[in-house]
Amino acid sequence: MSLTPDEVKTIARLARLAIGEQDIQQYARNLSRILEFVAQLDQADTRDVVPMAHPLDMAQRLRSDVVSETDQRDLFQQNAPQVQAGLYIVPKVIE
Amino acid sequence: MLTQTLAELSRDLKARKVSSAEVTSAYLARIQRFNPQINAFITVLQEQALAEARAADARIAKGDAHLLTGVPIAHKDIFCTAGVKTSCGSKMLDNFVAPYDAHIVTRLKQAGSVLLGKTNMDEFAMGSSNETSFYGPVKNPWDSTRVPGGSSGGSAAVVAARLACAATGTDTGGSIRQPAALVGLTGVKPTYGRVSRYGMIAFASSLDQAGVIAYTAEDAALLLSVIAGFDPRDSTSVDRPVPDYAATLEQPIRGLRIGVPREFFDPGLDRRVAEAVQTALSIYKKLGARVQDISLPNFGLSVPTYYVVAPAEASSNLSRFDGVRFGHRCGNPVDLMDLYTRSRGEGFGAEVKRRIMTGTYVLSAGYYDAYYLKAQKTRALIRRDFLEAFTHVDVIMGPTTPTPAFRLGEKTDDPVTMYLNDIYANGVNLAGLPGLSIPMGFVDGLPVGLQIIGNYFDEARMLGVAHQYQRETDWHRQVPKGFE
Repeated sequence: MSLTPDEVKTIARLARLAIGEQDIQQYARNLSRILEFVAQLDQADTRDVVPMAHPLDMAQRLRSDVVSETDQRDLFQQNAPQVQAGLYIVPKVIE
Repeated sequence: MLTQTLAELSRDLKARKVSSAEVTSAYLARIQRFNPQINAFITVLQEQALAEARAADARIAKGDAHLLTGVPIAHKDIFCTAGVKTSCGSKMLDNFVAPYDAHIVTRLKQAGSVLLGKTNMDEFAMGSSNETSFYGPVKNPWDSTRVPGGSSGGSAAVVAARLACAATGTDTGGSIRQPAALVGLTGVKPTYGRVSRYGMIAFASSLDQAGVIAYTAEDAALLLSVIAGFDPRDSTSVDRPVPDYAATLEQPIRGLRIGVPREFFDPGLDRRVAEAVQTALSIYKKLGARVQDISLPNFGLSVPTYYVVAPAEASSNLSRFDGVRFGHRCGNPVDLMDLYTRSRGEGFGAEVKRRIMTGTYVLSAGYYDAYYLKAQKTRALIRRDFLEAFTHVDVIMGPTTPTPAFRLGEKTDDPVTMYLNDIYANGVNLAGLPGLSIPMGFVDGLPVGLQIIGNYFDEARMLGVAHQYQRETDWHRQVPKGFE
């Protein structure tokens, strides 16, 4: 399994990661190495094996539909890069 | 004082032979002196720690102290601590001040422990050497040219160097046990779901578990009794009573059935580490345990399975870092896509990007069945092997790592070489079992660890088995040269 530089760029775009042009080759090499390594799994006989969803076979716990959180917007927004009037500010999306 | 175990310090504090203020000041002085050599703390909480120590002394004087009251500890910088920077070892969170406490932070605070600071770690817990940290590598106190292991490398190093009495850690694929082994400490990864992960920054949610790094199994038992237990804020938290882990440490182990997987003794295992395991097993035999050869036929699949499952989950978990609500934001974004990609490109280091991209690839359309679904099937086989083994043994033992601590930079060129350092650790996480590492000797002057794997929720037995070994040996009493 060998990834081309173009495939690496596609993956980086899907992952929303800006990767420098000069680093693409190295990512291609390392990611190919990792994918070659995990390709060993192909040899395992997994016919009739049910994929494992949870180590303890636990089901998701449900809770009653009542309010459990209080509004802490001001506290949480102290970590935001840019806010205005309680809103998170991002570059204009719609002209 | 600084060579005491946590249990011994706890007794002295309670008997008021020493005050928490004195002990905390002594640790803070050592941190100031030694931390520059090993780079193990990201944040030191001088004033806050002293205030907590004085409060602990007042509580002890009033007679309502817990065993951990006044004991100075450190938290891995993956646990949110209200009002304190919580970086997860990443540039992405270099400016992040946690708005609340993680569950185990709250528990340890309520018990009255003193928080000395936050420890260095591999970025987002992705690494086995602490070299992926934005804050630079941690040095192994036993040899400053070597790694302390990872990802809880800072936690391991501060306890080994006697800069904290114990520290918290997280173990997704060996990140508590491997560093504990490489610095000569006791590191415990509980059963998946045993300890709440509320406020613990997520890496791979089907594997992540919180635990502790301490001098002894007894110390770990005291800590685990406090941090374990049900918490409705973590949907994977298991609602089961928590035993008093310290109460059963003295149970004799005569008749204990120890399984030793033959697959662990593969060509990658340093012969001297293999010998140390045999020596440790001979001590268990002397104590009346029965050692038997067992097989984990799918052992060889554990690392490749892990490197599909963990990156896949990481790519999903780390999508929350978008430069909008918290964390690093790039300068002058031209549009939203530019904001996302440059904030993430600048905020994450190379290993984190590799894992996100690996995860994105294996989850992408057309590849899901070949990688992720396949890995969930091989994962089922790995668990099945362990379940089968536990029908005829009580615990499983083997090496924690194939070799003692390697050199800084030795494995940074090839990610797969680095990944294979956790070959004996990954399977335990994939199965969700509890595991621990205890020091079992030295190879080339460097500590090596014995791994003990327990059945689900059998932490009490696992800790007792470790404690009985530590009654017979003094590997856990060794202090690295220069840190006495």
